[in-house]
Amino acid sequence: MTFRDILGLLIDLDLLDRYGWRFVEGVGVTAQLVAISFTIGGALGLLLALARLSDNRLLRWLTGVYIYFFRGSPLLAQLFLLYYGLGSLRAFWTDLGLWWFFREAWYCALLAFTLNTAAYQAEIFRGAIQSVPRGQREAAAALGMHKAITFVKVVFPQAMIVCLRPLGNELILMIKASAIASLVTIYDLMGVTKLAFSRSYNFELYLWAAVLYLLIVECIRRLWAVLERRLTRHLRAGDLPRPARPGWLSRMAKTALKPNA
Amino acid sequence: MQNVLSLLSFSDGGWGAALAAGTLVTLTLAITTLPIGIFLGLTIALMARSRSPRARAVATVFTTVFRGLPELLTLLIVYYGGQILIQRLMAAMGYEGQLQINAFLAGVVAFGLVLAAFSSEVWVGALNTIPGGQYEAGSALGLSRWLTFRLVVFPQLMRAALPGLSNNWLTLLKDTSLISTISLVDLMRQTNLAVGATKQPMVFYLAACVIYLLLSAGSGLAFTLLERRANRGYARG
Repeated sequence: MTFRDILGLLIDLDLLDRYGWRFVEGVGVTAQLVAISFTIGGALGLLLALARLSDNRLLRWLTGVYIYFFRGSPLLAQLFLLYYGLGSLRAFWTDLGLWWFFREAWYCALLAFTLNTAAYQAEIFRGAIQSVPRGQREAAAALGMHKAITFVKVVFPQAMIVCLRPLGNELILMIKASAIASLVTIYDLMGVTKLAFSRSYNFELYLWAAVLYLLIVECIRRLWAVLERRLTRHLRAGDLPRPARPGWLSRMAKTALKPNA
Repeated sequence: MQNVLSLLSFSDGGWGAALAAGTLVTLTLAITTLPIGIFLGLTIALMARSRSPRARAVATVFTTVFRGLPELLTLLIVYYGGQILIQRLMAAMGYEGQLQINAFLAGVVAFGLVLAAFSSEVWVGALNTIPGGQYEAGSALGLSRWLTFRLVVFPQLMRAALPGLSNNWLTLLKDTSLISTISLVDLMRQTNLAVGATKQPMVFYLAACVIYLLLSAGSGLAFTLLERRANRGYARG
């Protein structure tokens, strides 16, 4: 029995030949969509968190409204607002020379996901920054460190450790939410599945998509756990350097000197 | 501006009444799903803590699957899969013909499963906050296991679980917008229809976002009151 025969017991091989490659491409599109929006959204989220914690009341209020809006309404509505809503202002964007951007579903989806995840990540960063004890800042001030340097060298690294887990959860939520992109004609994993289903009416395709999503999410979860372990290894008592193991000579001497067993 | 207001008004040519009807469908769907998902979640949480390895395995698989799948995919699988399943069942019983599964029902089942998976995590966390002494005290008073759970554990559990459940509810409320893709006329779908008819996407999608925001804000208030009630035994005074 070849590998193909064994595979044939599980799935429809005809279907695999016809749509297999498309599914691979779909996974690629999903990965790109999430990777780009999550990274840019992270940078934006950090800026938003800093603005939210700033002394300027107007800035605090504005970021508060932004975060409330993007966390309180469905991503689907936000995506439609950007794609159909902003996309309807064609003359305006043409004047600005930005029509190429709002014309494309791909850019609109990227923008919607970026703005959305930025709001969620801003709250994560804000919580983490606030969780760093005041004493850390005071100690840095007592050492004569500048506020900006204190943030970069003292507060930020400790806050990032606190962020790790919620950021991992947010990444997984983003992967799942990215399926919505299929509703604005993007052929991500979900879009490919819907396309293939509309042609073949074979329900098995949805199960493939389910298995693929689960695999992606599970891989990310495990990778993130490894990353987290690695980045926090200096915080665990169990991983302190152990006393050096006695060398072979002293071990042999010990065994030799042991009373008869 | 005048134009925008008349588009959203409740009078002739305004879409106010349609949006209100859609909002009602959204709320009905979410409120129907809530108890089902939450109690299924509690069951899963109890299974995750049970002594039987089989029950624990079922709980793990359930939460992994429904936390990992995109809600949209879960919804479509329940909708189309349910349709196929029912059709096969009916065919086996000798019934021929097309059967359409109700979109509302598919939504309740799909969102209920997702909510159960997420709320079970909240329940597990809440169950962990209850010291073993509470169960022992219950049995020392001669209460059965069920009565101990209902009278002693559950009230304390609610208190610990409420903040997490309120998050679950807000997520559910937003997720229900996905049901518009299987043609149930909820708020989102109604908005799409309004956009199709008036060619005013900016106005209507913004209006939909604001309505969702108002729903979130309103339920946030409701949960604050509930939390206050659940904590009344702990109030100082």
